[in-house]
Amino acid sequence: MISAPVTDRGDSSPRTRHRMLTLPAPFHARIDVRVLTVIGLLALLALVAAVLGLVLGSLAIPLDRLVAVFLGDGTRIERTVVTQWRAPRVVAGLVLGAALGLSGAIFQSLTRNPLGSPDIIGFSTGAHAGGIITIIVLGDGVLSVSAGAIIGGLVTALVIYLLAWNRGVQGFRLIIVGIGVTAVISSINTWLIMRADLDIALAAASWGVGSLNGLSWTKVTPALIMIALASVALWTQARSLRQMEMGDDLARALGTDTERSRLLMIVIGVALVAVATAAAGPIAFVALAAPQIARRVTGAAGTTLLGSAVVGGLLLSVADLVAQHAFGERQVPVGVVTVSIGGLYLVWLLIHEARRQLA
Amino acid sequence: MTTSTTDTAAPAPPTTAAYDTTKPSEPEAPTGAPLVGRDLTIGYDRRVISVGLDVEIPAGEFTVIVGPNACGKSTLLRALSRLLQPRNGQVLLDGRDIARLRSKDVAKRLGLLPQSSIAPEGISVADLVARGRNPHQGLFRQWTSTDEQAVTDALAATNTVDLADRLVDELSGGQRQRVWVAMALAQQTELLLLDEPTSFLDVAHQVELLELFGHLNHQGRTIVAVLHDLNQACRYGTHVIAMREGEIVAEGRPEQIITADLVSDVFGLDAVVIEDPVEGGPMVVPRRGPRPTRPDDHSALANPAHLR
Repeated sequence: MISAPVTDRGDSSPRTRHRMLTLPAPFHARIDVRVLTVIGLLALLALVAAVLGLVLGSLAIPLDRLVAVFLGDGTRIERTVVTQWRAPRVVAGLVLGAALGLSGAIFQSLTRNPLGSPDIIGFSTGAHAGGIITIIVLGDGVLSVSAGAIIGGLVTALVIYLLAWNRGVQGFRLIIVGIGVTAVISSINTWLIMRADLDIALAAASWGVGSLNGLSWTKVTPALIMIALASVALWTQARSLRQMEMGDDLARALGTDTERSRLLMIVIGVALVAVATAAAGPIAFVALAAPQIARRVTGAAGTTLLGSAVVGGLLLSVADLVAQHAFGERQVPVGVVTVSIGGLYLVWLLIHEARRQLA
Repeated sequence: MTTSTTDTAAPAPPTTAAYDTTKPSEPEAPTGAPLVGRDLTIGYDRRVISVGLDVEIPAGEFTVIVGPNACGKSTLLRALSRLLQPRNGQVLLDGRDIARLRSKDVAKRLGLLPQSSIAPEGISVADLVARGRNPHQGLFRQWTSTDEQAVTDALAATNTVDLADRLVDELSGGQRQRVWVAMALAQQTELLLLDEPTSFLDVAHQVELLELFGHLNHQGRTIVAVLHDLNQACRYGTHVIAMREGEIVAEGRPEQIITADLVSDVFGLDAVVIEDPVEGGPMVVPRRGPRPTRPDDHSALANPAHLR
């Protein structure tokens, strides 16, 4: 008996990959045309979301008026609404989203696991705890809460790093330990809020749900500066991050100082997520999903930092538009929107990963 | 496929043109030992594998380290390539303590193909090989024509030019291993350390890779490989280091040191050493142990006479 020919998936026709463009001096870079094009399109989408964020609202400002405001022609009301009320929120959506996307890319790359994102392994929760403690002890100040969130994130990272240490830190161990530590810290957070005075508890709870509502330049500007600094630091480490995706041994053989780079990258990643958390409260899902979406949409090899940042900004901006306008007059915090979408995504990811492990 | 080269006595291979394109960055081979381990005590955690080990990797040779499983050959290779910090003693690269050199400077002189490496998801062959250029690049010098040339040469030398645009995930085991070798070649180092490079490959692909290493050695590169197959070690190695329980038992040219006594001593294997009928040099032929004779076992496997 002759069995039907089986088509072998692995034996498909050679796939032509993306066209690489080599830039001559003084750039000395090798770029993937497709990846960059897709990232450009995504950035354009994020820009559209930003414009919508400026235009929509109880005082609708049509596009021509928006242009007028930017040219210095708007009425006083229009100027206030656009530049003082809406612009900080829109910029925060883009930049905090980008920070979360970068942070997710760093940790997913370091752990070589799509579940290894700061909202799963506890750095977000740690930053949240730091913020709550600061609000209780020092009150609701912009800088103190930021500092508290950053310290909280770094302390949590240190605890997780030490608990997960076993002749170097291995990705999966970091995730498991991180999930455990997250559970402990969340219950501490709940306990702290329950014990606190009513007004303090309210302040902590409203911050704790994650929202871009009522963000002003005084709150956004420090976050922008810190995220910019962290991004520059990350840029110097981007090559090491990429090399370490191939395993520590090969990365070291090719001249990367892996332990030093890893530590530096953990600090940068925690700083990014902590700054975002300090400014807007804990926002789930963006760090988890942005790098994965970016990689699949661009078809980049391994993790794409630039892509993750752009997708992160796009995701948070769109989620915030939904939070503001999809429910009629009532605004919901953006954290609620991202948690709802994120829950579905996480279920999908877990199933997908389980299937991949079995295959 | 270069299997045909093995049955001709002349060393000139049919694919020389393809191999000749890659040259190490510094063509002049230094005299003496470029890589030296002095009084090395190495191990993991509480387990000490080697104590007071002295080893010299001779310049321009194809050194093969052999020994039974868990004899410390890979551990030694890891120590020599500074992946493992020795507890005592030091490793000298060109006479200087490797632990004090900058990682990138070491990576310009010494390449290593570890046992397990991970190809990032969705990476193409050319992109992966390009990552071997890392030690030659910097923050503001990300990619130059020198890099481009090195990658092209490495692809040519490993016969992977046709695969350049393919995704690494789609390749067969043999192709993938050649791509990893191409990456190590793109690094353009004088010294190339290979940790069990032929594991998990079928015999044709093993021979193909060993031929490639032989040619690279001919061009003046110093090669160190951990191999499992004694006969491959004899055929391709110009300098063999035999290890047992963390110690070096013998080293030298294969025809000088590979004897029945050594095989028995190192591997605990009863074998005859004859002359390789194809290439000359020693060839290890193990003897069979006592045949299992069980009168109550009538299975065809135990007693082939039943088959007739």
